[in-house]
Amino acid sequence: MEFKDYYKIMGLSPDAKPDDVKRAYRKLARKYHPDVSKETKAEERFKELGEAYEVLKDPAKRSAYDQAAQRWRQGEPFTPPPGWQARYETHAGDFSGADFGGFSDFFEALFGQPGMRRGRRGPSAEGFSTFSMPGTDIHARIHITLEQAYQGGSQTLTLTGAEMDASGKPADKTRTLHVKIPKGVKEGQRIRLPGQGNPGYGDAPKGDLYLEIRFHPHRLFHAEERTIFLDLPITPWEAALGATVPVPTLGGPVELKIPPGSQTGNKLRLRERGLPGMPPGDQYVTLKIFTPPAGSDAARAAYQELARLLPFNPRAHFGG
Amino acid sequence: MDNAQMDALVGLLLDENLALSLNELCRTCRLDSAWVVEMVEQGVVEPAAGASPAEWRFDTVAFKRLQVAVRLQQDLDVNAAGAALVLDLLEELQTLRQKLRRLEAA
Repeated sequence: MEFKDYYKIMGLSPDAKPDDVKRAYRKLARKYHPDVSKETKAEERFKELGEAYEVLKDPAKRSAYDQAAQRWRQGEPFTPPPGWQARYETHAGDFSGADFGGFSDFFEALFGQPGMRRGRRGPSAEGFSTFSMPGTDIHARIHITLEQAYQGGSQTLTLTGAEMDASGKPADKTRTLHVKIPKGVKEGQRIRLPGQGNPGYGDAPKGDLYLEIRFHPHRLFHAEERTIFLDLPITPWEAALGATVPVPTLGGPVELKIPPGSQTGNKLRLRERGLPGMPPGDQYVTLKIFTPPAGSDAARAAYQELARLLPFNPRAHFGG
Repeated sequence: MDNAQMDALVGLLLDENLALSLNELCRTCRLDSAWVVEMVEQGVVEPAAGASPAEWRFDTVAFKRLQVAVRLQQDLDVNAAGAALVLDLLEELQTLRQKLRRLEAA
């Protein structure tokens, strides 16, 4: 079992005062809160932090931890003292805010599982009821391609989280899920999978799983809501004279008519060629004129001829 | 159709058609209805429709804002006004990050 250095996790020295512990927790909780943080592994760090704070904020737990830590620093392998859990009973009420699914084996070896070792007095017929609490929800992101959003399909993802093992004790486990991706999902939309969250305690049900859709960057397209955007390179003569050119869409190439006199930045709309839905999105094509290089004498002569025939100042609106 | 697709778990897509009543919302998110009413009064969320709590309908944006508000309050001791501010700023931040990504890609 891995020893957890709760002081290091919180960036504290072992003689930190209770006020320091609280201040460090507040500061790091803001930094790593999964809803706010953009740090990688924020979720993991936040769980670790919650566990460290659970121990260090409580004088009884902290001194028990300090004793175990001292033996560990002297080079003894970490083992919980015999009979420890019997002497140190935890109460569900002691655990606030922190994610029940998230405590490490190390924590559980020292302090037991929150609410599992001991029932809570309750008004049931026996005068004693077992603590039960629904599992927490899991919030995760799922990255898909624009093609998957267009066609629908399924996506595989792995989740690490608490799972009940054979003895009914939660253990960290990796799960692989295949999830159906509905046709026409938009970025930021969420899929709710009831009962796929963290396990509950006692008889309580499992939590739910929420998957937020994110798109992988696409080589050609980008999406806003259901609208697809594409930059289309064209030649100066296609722009000036008009042309019909093939244009990629998520549903395959279509022919697009470029009107004569087009300019870079002009936008053309391909109706209902965006992501499917009610109503389906459109695809917008932004024209970008590319000039062929003047790489030969003949090419230079052609450009010079053009300049002579078509006097043109695209900067006339600058004035002066 | 391949195997992966046949075995795939089917969830509920929380799309623009979502319109949960106060009861449905509380059951789905395991929230206390009095707390949700307070969040509406404090401007953390706005029901998409309905004049009174019995008629309220919550859309997917409100649904997500409430879930984040719960966590902000539990984990960071943020009050309702603070949660509303954080949520507004987070939404703006997300829009700006998307724009930035697009500009950097162009």
